[in-house]
Amino acid sequence: MAGLRLEEIGKIYGSLAAVQDVTLDFPQGKFVCLLGPSGCGKTTLLRLIAGLETPTTGRVLLDGKDLTEWPAHKREFGMVFQSLALFPHLTVGENVAYALRIRGADRPTQRKRAQELLELVRLPGVIDRHISQLSGGQRQRVAIARALALNPKLFLLDEPLSALDAKLREAMQVELRLLQQRLGISTIVVTHDQREAMTMADIVVIMDHGRVQQVASPLDTYRSPANAFVADFIGTSNLIAAILQSPTSASVQGRAIRIERLPQGVSTGAQVTLSVRPEEVHIRPAGEAGENRISGEITFIRDLGASIEVTARCADAEILAVMTPRERPSARIGDPVMVELPAPACVVLKQ
Amino acid sequence: MNGAPPKGLQQHSAVIYPAVMLLIFFVAPFGIMLAVSFYHRVESAFYEPAFELANYARFLTAFFGKALGFSIWIAALASAISVAVAFPFTYFMTRLGRPAQVRWLVLILAVLSLSEVIIGFAWSSLLSRTAGVSNILVWLGLMAQPEAWTPAFSALLIGLVYLGFPYTVLVLYPALSRLDPELAQASRMLGASPFKTFFLVIVPVLRNAIMSAFIMVFVFDLGAYILPQVLGKPEHWTLSVHITDQAVFQSNIPFAAALAIFLMLVSLALVSLTMLLGQQRRTP
Amino acid sequence: MNNIGRNIFMGAVLAVLLAPLVVLGGVSLNEPKQLLFPPEGFSLKWYVELITLPDWLNAVKNSLIIAITSAFLSVSIAFPLAYFLWRYRVFYARILFGLGLAPFMLPPVITALGFLIFWVDVGQLLNLQLYGSIIATIVSHAIFFVTLPLVTISLGLESIEAQVIEAASTMGGDDRTIFRTVVLPLVRPYLISGYAFAFVLSLNEYIVAYMVAGFTVETLPIKIFNSLRYGYTPVMASVAVVFVLVAILVFGLIARFGDLPKLMGAWSNKET
Repeated sequence: MAGLRLEEIGKIYGSLAAVQDVTLDFPQGKFVCLLGPSGCGKTTLLRLIAGLETPTTGRVLLDGKDLTEWPAHKREFGMVFQSLALFPHLTVGENVAYALRIRGADRPTQRKRAQELLELVRLPGVIDRHISQLSGGQRQRVAIARALALNPKLFLLDEPLSALDAKLREAMQVELRLLQQRLGISTIVVTHDQREAMTMADIVVIMDHGRVQQVASPLDTYRSPANAFVADFIGTSNLIAAILQSPTSASVQGRAIRIERLPQGVSTGAQVTLSVRPEEVHIRPAGEAGENRISGEITFIRDLGASIEVTARCADAEILAVMTPRERPSARIGDPVMVELPAPACVVLKQ
Repeated sequence: MNGAPPKGLQQHSAVIYPAVMLLIFFVAPFGIMLAVSFYHRVESAFYEPAFELANYARFLTAFFGKALGFSIWIAALASAISVAVAFPFTYFMTRLGRPAQVRWLVLILAVLSLSEVIIGFAWSSLLSRTAGVSNILVWLGLMAQPEAWTPAFSALLIGLVYLGFPYTVLVLYPALSRLDPELAQASRMLGASPFKTFFLVIVPVLRNAIMSAFIMVFVFDLGAYILPQVLGKPEHWTLSVHITDQAVFQSNIPFAAALAIFLMLVSLALVSLTMLLGQQRRTP
Repeated sequence: MNNIGRNIFMGAVLAVLLAPLVVLGGVSLNEPKQLLFPPEGFSLKWYVELITLPDWLNAVKNSLIIAITSAFLSVSIAFPLAYFLWRYRVFYARILFGLGLAPFMLPPVITALGFLIFWVDVGQLLNLQLYGSIIATIVSHAIFFVTLPLVTISLGLESIEAQVIEAASTMGGDDRTIFRTVVLPLVRPYLISGYAFAFVLSLNEYIVAYMVAGFTVETLPIKIFNSLRYGYTPVMASVAVVFVLVAILVFGLIARFGDLPKLMGAWSNKET
């Protein structure tokens, strides 16, 4: 089959399992983001794919061929490192053409290819400069051009944009995505920034504690998180303890909350978690009757201008609601209110 | 860079040559010297294999006991003075701009590399009657007649401090140049004078660095062998001079070896102590 | 301590550091063959004698041969060892590294005596005249000063970012290629400064050269010491002046083309 496949990959350092039991398919030509908090194993997984580490268990397959024992220098993947890892003793052109040079290409070929690649990343006219003479954004482009020099089957990037400031980073995300689509190259990016993943990826792989938590399109990870970790990690979410009473109803703090969807394998009476996005939560006046409401008290109001965040305490749960200025409730801190959790917004998660 | 242990002859090939060189030309000489220190001295030849402790027993004589005591005393004194001068000097130097620091470092390295012979010769000239400082004092009218100030204990001490000073600076330099300047600034903000800041903040923070510098320089000064001969009187000969003398002029190599082994043990003990202090610094 | 106090202190240190050098310079320019300062007359003849009198010229030649070859040998031992330790980090490489540092930590007379005994014994064993030969001095100096290139080269290797090496390997470089195209060019300044340190110190070294071959292979420091004992000549001072100039030139060049503060253990420019 085409594309990269990881089979039951595990990597153990001493007594620490950095990656556990990962089986994943990376379809040909797709942009995949490995997303997770620091220490979740995403960088280790990328390095295993690159051949910079060997897995303790499992296999790495490319187009059905077993690469597990191949060292990095035989895999011919392109990789962009977090520190960029440009060669400080070489010029821009020499950096970009390094892979060609060590394969014995003659100087004119090297230079021609370097020029092409620098144009591809929209960085013409710097071929003879030294790395130290470039700005952060320019270095970024050189690193990308260098990784693409051999038309690799797989383009790997480890937190490639982390050194850039916020504005430049956003611009580069878009550019990287467009470049990938133009080349149609299978790409894997490691990032801890969910916005970055949302901007660029076809598929997001969310990892925690060395394990894959969810594989889905960016929107699905937001709308239908697979578990409490994903719900909390992607965006912000209210996670509320509940007990399933029937396939269409759960009890939260003694009140019945109607629900519309249930994950598989959850039976009546089970402890579950409801995940509700803050922008779906409504704050209603105390005493106003309606479906899916629990009572609480406002503890904090944060007015951010473009939006308003209201925190309400409902028994032992803090519930955050985000609304537009027009929806601003008249209530103030300390006032009792009703918090509405609309049924379509309630995602039931197994505990 | 890489945690993987090397495999096979090919990956080990890099280390074979240096390992062989160090084993043959460094470990073997020390091993042989250790063996020889137990050998029996033979007049007219060098020595013959034996196992006797006579060579070691001989330091217990008053003469070598005194030489050892004197070596330790003057090395300790000289290194204390070196550290006392070099510490503030290095502190000031590291607060200078980079180009000025580089110029100082070049000078310090040039002085450090100077042969002990040259240092001995230069100071014996400086302290001599014909070409020395005393001529300047006469010219200034402070003295009636030029005097010779060497050989003397003070001349030897000055020479040793001069010898050890650049070494002390370089031993202290890493710790001092990495010292966070905000530490001193914080102390100043709390109202301490620069003088107080130096003694109440900088010195205590670097106590271990100062101790290890002292020990390193002490061992370095213990090794001086020309200065005691050029600037000192015969009673100022240190253990290093006696080792050379026994080996080269008295042809008593077994005894010289025993002295050297003893000096090495003293030095090794002190160097390990320094390393222990260094480790403590890393894990406070 | 305020600035005035600081400047006086630094000035005093500078004066004491320079005083012997100034006196040597003055003495070397004396007209009469006497130790006089301030110098009487002005003459460069003692510098001329250094390179024309056969025994002094011979010492110059010996010193240069020993310094050039022993520094080369030092680097040749230090470089593969430092590389191996950096590449693999195994305990026996650490032990060898510690051995390489040892000669510089101990009083030199100990190492010198070890060499003396070694060359005598090995010479007897192989029936070769090793004790007293220039080969013995060269090898002894190479081992004695191996610490210097070992430290500078290790520092250079440590300063290579691990990801740079990995980047080269993802682009298809095997160990050998990476060594040739990345490691060697990046570590070259440190190799050169390691060589320079070993060279300058070998030039100035006395006790090892003296114990190993002092009576047959006269180096400049040995020659100076002998003249100091058996009859003064201003040539000694001119040698000293030349040595100081060589040292300042070499270290100045290292500072010009490398990062001297970093080499001496300060954080590099970028990190501060």
